[in-house]
Amino acid sequence: MAGHQRFSDEPPIVIEGLENKFGDFAVHQDLDLTVKRGEILGVVGGSGTGKSVLMRSIIGLQTPTAGRIEVLGHELTAHDPDEELGVRNRWGVLFQGGALFSTLTVGENVEVPLKQFYPEIDDELRKEIARYKVMMSGLPEEAVAKYPSELSGGMKKRAGLARALALDPELLFLDEPTAGLDPIGAAKFDRQTKELRDTLGLTVFLITHDLDSLYEICDRVAVLADKKVIATGTISELIDTNHPWIDEYFNGPRGRGAQSAHNLNTERAAADKGD
Amino acid sequence: MDGVAHFTLENDEGGGTTLAMSGPLLVSTIGQFEDELEQVSEDIATVDISEVEEIDTVGAWVVSKFARRHSAEIIGASDSAHHLIGAVESASSEADMRPERDPVWKRVAIRMGERVYNARGSVYGVVGFLGQVLIGFASVLRHPSRFPLKALVRQMELVGVAALPIIGLMSFLIGIVIAQQGAVQLSQFGAETLTVNLVGRITLRELGVLMTAIMVAGRSGSAFAAQIGTMKLTEEVDAMRTIGISPIEQLVIPRILACTFMMIVLGFFSSVVGIVGGAVIGQVALGIPFFTFLERIQEVVPIYDVWVGLIKAPVFGLIVALAGCYNGMQVQGNSEEVGTRTTMAVVSAIFAVIVIDAFFAVFFTEIGWG
Repeated sequence: MAGHQRFSDEPPIVIEGLENKFGDFAVHQDLDLTVKRGEILGVVGGSGTGKSVLMRSIIGLQTPTAGRIEVLGHELTAHDPDEELGVRNRWGVLFQGGALFSTLTVGENVEVPLKQFYPEIDDELRKEIARYKVMMSGLPEEAVAKYPSELSGGMKKRAGLARALALDPELLFLDEPTAGLDPIGAAKFDRQTKELRDTLGLTVFLITHDLDSLYEICDRVAVLADKKVIATGTISELIDTNHPWIDEYFNGPRGRGAQSAHNLNTERAAADKGD
Repeated sequence: MDGVAHFTLENDEGGGTTLAMSGPLLVSTIGQFEDELEQVSEDIATVDISEVEEIDTVGAWVVSKFARRHSAEIIGASDSAHHLIGAVESASSEADMRPERDPVWKRVAIRMGERVYNARGSVYGVVGFLGQVLIGFASVLRHPSRFPLKALVRQMELVGVAALPIIGLMSFLIGIVIAQQGAVQLSQFGAETLTVNLVGRITLRELGVLMTAIMVAGRSGSAFAAQIGTMKLTEEVDAMRTIGISPIEQLVIPRILACTFMMIVLGFFSSVVGIVGGAVIGQVALGIPFFTFLERIQEVVPIYDVWVGLIKAPVFGLIVALAGCYNGMQVQGNSEEVGTRTTMAVVSAIFAVIVIDAFFAVFFTEIGWG
């Protein structure tokens, strides 16, 4: 593809020997993880196992004490400003609360990254881009001109998603996108994530506690425990590892509930196709 | 990024014109390309995108917008391009980026009306709040076991003891400035010795307490507003209420008592340090020995000047604490409100302190303490 790196086959995120320490307390030690292109990788782990710290390390908000992180072919742990600039416009991040700029409307929020990275884009075109991004993330038309304080929690997350998608990133980070959403909203958000992945060819790094999301949309799941990624794979592969924490996670009452709901959904989908 | 997007125009045998795009159509390459596309004035019948190497949603949007404008047909779209064009077309919208705003003349009128209306509300609010505090105080007196002694001691430390260094430094410097500047002016009348009267009376009557009140408003009034405001946001205050703890008793009363009492101590401390500052300048620059300066203070400053300062101090402390706690309790909604309310607490406290100080000045002169 004419010397363009976009959507090549190299894995978008490679982490080797990552170590994060706060004082004497190590959150991560010898953590390895590879994210494959085009997949939705779910990241799970108990509270305090450093899921968010892992994400912050990858996107450069937290400097790891040791280890190597390579994102989209650029080594970020080298702290080369040019290297960082080369990837910042190729990923989008949705923070837990949406992290929208509260003095700007939703539409203007989406415009910010476009203005920052591509000032040559015409004002009118930039506005059009912002509008369709907002619509694509599943918000109604009226939301474009609203301020974040006028939005519900779910709508804030969608607006945050629209901003994360502003630059047509190859890599999307979602930090607990369905936490605090009602089940209907959460299911919608899941579907949306999957659709966007299919349409835009995204790779998604998804931190979640939502077992339904894991079953419905994740291709693989990485489990964080004991300061490292103890296992990566499809849910059935994970269950086969017989690790006590994983077993409790997926075979506990909630895990079973999500599993049977998933099976029911798949059966229904199959039945619908059969008709 | 490398790669530039181009287009070429070709005339078909059928009479229509085909615009063939090539190169990457990405958000990183589209800026220039879109400008050039805008310049195309011919009628375009078909848009050929079979030579486009890569396309993202922005590219798809530009292609579909162009095709719509010329009512042209898009041909040669790869699967993914087709997909993207479909996706952006179904998401197109005409919505405004900002909510509509009223014209300026209307907004000014509305804002003024709101201000006037709210002013009445906040006067009621403050008086009501003072009433709540008094009721809370009475009920604490009736049930001494509920008295928040620990919180009171803690607040006294924060408001009073922790403020000693900064207030001491500030007062010392003010004493120096008054003595030095006063001496320069008084020497024109050959009355340098009156510097002692100037420093002694002004720090004890006015500046010691006034500057301390301003400092306390900035240090503690703002902290009260921010602390209580944040507790309201995180629903801590609501949680206290449901458990049956009165936030007025547990949060407001210790702060108000601590601030009122510590203002007396800090105000007096400030005056004394101010005089010491003046005495240092007397020794260094005016040739008045340090201890002579202090002895002269005793002779020229009437004792009621001390009372004036000490009577004003608790009133100022009460105002600062009330403004802080009241504004903190008014916080609701979002974190921005905490900031606004904190600012309001400091500004209104300092303003009220200065206004009341003017009244005190007239009052004390009238009763013969001039």
